[in-house]
Amino acid sequence: MISVLRTSPRPGGTGPSWRFNWVGRIGLAMILFWAVVAIFAPMIAPYPIGEIADWDYFGPMSGQFWLGSDYLGRDVLSRILVGSRYTVGISLAAVFAACAGGVILGMVAAVMGGLFDTLLSRLLDAFNGIPSLLFGLVVVAAVGSSIPVLVLTLAAIYLPGAYRFARALSVNVNAMDFVTVARARGERTPYLIFREIFPNILGPVLADLGVRFVFIVLLLSGLSFLGLGVQPPNADWGALVRENIEGLSLGAPAVIFPCIAIATLTISVNMFIDNLPKKIRDRSE
Amino acid sequence: MTQQPLVSVRGLRIGAVTDAGRKVEIIKGLDFDIHPGEIVALIGESGSGKTTTALSLMGHCRPGCAITGGSIRVGRHDVATMSESARAHLRGTEVSYVPQSAAAAFNPSKRIMEQVIEITDIHGLMPQAEAEKKAVGLFRALALPDPETIGTRYPHQVSGGQLQRLAAAMALIGDPELVIFDEPTTALDVTTQIEVLRAFKSVMAAGRIAGVYVSHDLAVVAQVADRIIVLKGGEIQEEGGTDDILHRPAHPYTKALLAAFEPVPHVPAARGKAPDEAPILQVEHLFAGYGAVRKGEPDVKILKDVTFRIERGKNLGVIGESGSGKSTLARAVAGILPAYRGAMKFDGAELRPDLQSRSKDQLRRCQMVFQLADTALNPAQSIEAILSRPLAFYHGLSGRAKAARVAELLDMVHLPAAMRHRLPGELSGGQKQRINLARALAAEPELILCDEITSALDTVVAAAILDLLKELQTELGLSYMFISHDLSTVEAICDEVLVMLKGEVVEQLPAARMAADAQHPYSRLLISSVPQLDTGWLAGLDRTG
Repeated sequence: MISVLRTSPRPGGTGPSWRFNWVGRIGLAMILFWAVVAIFAPMIAPYPIGEIADWDYFGPMSGQFWLGSDYLGRDVLSRILVGSRYTVGISLAAVFAACAGGVILGMVAAVMGGLFDTLLSRLLDAFNGIPSLLFGLVVVAAVGSSIPVLVLTLAAIYLPGAYRFARALSVNVNAMDFVTVARARGERTPYLIFREIFPNILGPVLADLGVRFVFIVLLLSGLSFLGLGVQPPNADWGALVRENIEGLSLGAPAVIFPCIAIATLTISVNMFIDNLPKKIRDRSE
Repeated sequence: MTQQPLVSVRGLRIGAVTDAGRKVEIIKGLDFDIHPGEIVALIGESGSGKTTTALSLMGHCRPGCAITGGSIRVGRHDVATMSESARAHLRGTEVSYVPQSAAAAFNPSKRIMEQVIEITDIHGLMPQAEAEKKAVGLFRALALPDPETIGTRYPHQVSGGQLQRLAAAMALIGDPELVIFDEPTTALDVTTQIEVLRAFKSVMAAGRIAGVYVSHDLAVVAQVADRIIVLKGGEIQEEGGTDDILHRPAHPYTKALLAAFEPVPHVPAARGKAPDEAPILQVEHLFAGYGAVRKGEPDVKILKDVTFRIERGKNLGVIGESGSGKSTLARAVAGILPAYRGAMKFDGAELRPDLQSRSKDQLRRCQMVFQLADTALNPAQSIEAILSRPLAFYHGLSGRAKAARVAELLDMVHLPAAMRHRLPGELSGGQKQRINLARALAAEPELILCDEITSALDTVVAAAILDLLKELQTELGLSYMFISHDLSTVEAICDEVLVMLKGEVVEQLPAARMAADAQHPYSRLLISSVPQLDTGWLAGLDRTG
């Protein structure tokens, strides 16, 4: 059982109180932790990112190198701290772009229906058919790797899925009488999608956003693994795993800790999204 | 009575805990008995605890609720203190349940027979062949068509009334001593309701089975029950024989229930009419339908050649059973479903068939109120947001003027102004329907299309809504087009009545002389199917229908 607590004991006042369980709180704390790390990374990193600080490679955890050293003898802690900027920044930007685009298009398609819906759906279905890693490879090979290109590519890859999901939800809401009432009042599409439909699909859309964030982190790591993501000497967490993969047989911390960092971020995002704070509403008041 | 009662309930208390941690008592100490072979009705408005009480006889509570005190004895068992597995053994064999919506209770992907005899299989009562034979016998006793083969069909292949009887067969197959009926005919239309009630009554009488019949419809209860228990707020208000309750009610709530059933004859609003005033709505040779449009005609044609007019300040009732095209007519007039042929005039000016080509002013002057307030109000918007939108949209109000008008609208529909902070999910059915109406009034319309707005409400609440409609009419000079399958409602509010059958108007009558003047056989059938507050009404009906 998840323990449930109320943030403010109800003093009989009129202000709403919120319910926010521990799982959600831990998730939020982890996300905030990584966000703070990403912002202040250059200040708190003990060594510059490219500096070869250790004479040994795949060094163990020690007082000098808290998380050991990597295959060139660079400090892993510093590289993870600075890498958080790329992983958190690029993935968040991409997931918001993908979900915003997909959800808006999905709602518009559901409300307008007809030919617009059919054409857009088929087009995005066709796009969905292209393997995502292959698409990423082609784009990066064609225009080169830079942060805006990575964000846009990742967003484009995950947009059709978000569109499908949002459209399926919106079609159901669109059939409800309150949307018909709004339509009969003469409301235009922007009002219908943002005021009538969006609030009613928000919950599932957020859950979808959490899952999609994980996919994007993993795909970004995959691209970096192939050498197409963030370029050296900088590295995101996926790239850190790749460059140190040979250390796996040596049990080097250099390969374990980037994996742990990816896991903590993706799991905490989902813990938070699945346990968003809920307003307590009590009928008798 | 010397006989030991089959069920005796003493000091029953059921409570729940809200998510704010507040304890709520739903049932506050009930005592009642049910004798073998007796049918007891639990009546009361929504929220009175009638379903909660009925379910507790099986030891079942809805999620979040729990039996907090008292004893429930059914046969030799004390249901309140039994373990869950012992209760499971009891259910189906000694106590069984017929749900409100049989359509939702059947698994659509399994054949009916499999589901009907499932109870015998679960409890290992008899071999399958024997169970099927018994089921066929029950189908016959419940007057189902083709009793030998109906079990091989899927649930969607039989009608709603038949499905409800099949649900009863499912409940009866394990030879229970007590059957709980939870509003089993509320979702059916009047002509079907009669067949179902008749079937229930004969089977229960033949098997000497005791029953609990939960309903808010006093007229239905009068046909089936031996004794009536009136509940309100989780307490028994009155208990007595059916005849006593119907003819000599003692408690004010029972009197209110009965009074709500007596239709108050409609007095047409007296107002001076200019001789050359155009009717508010004039519809000529209207055709409408659904589906893909080919050669200017849709695939599924619903409305055929409908012609009528509504004078300003008058009310038109539209009646007919489900599928007769009543709602389609309202949708075509409102422009939600564009008519493909025919002409409409609103206050003398042409009304185009589709929404896009109507002016904002025309949209404002004709508002539609939907049947189910649950789905007609956006669950994510507060009442204030719902009522504010038409004010901002049609009248350009904002800020304090808008807030003042919202409070005024709430007052108009007799709701407290504090209600504006709530979400629709936090209101009762009757309150939601009032908000639904207030939203239409916010536009300051001249014609309101009411699509079965009282059908989902219980009698007392529905009567209050009708009173409200009449009051608003005299205050604001509105006209209503009132769609319903309930004749007494139509009689209570309308001047003229349109009888519809399969998308066509079969007859147009003055409401006051509906019973006397109806000529068409279908109108007569509809009128004779309305249950009367008389215990002998069902038995006295012509069997051939």
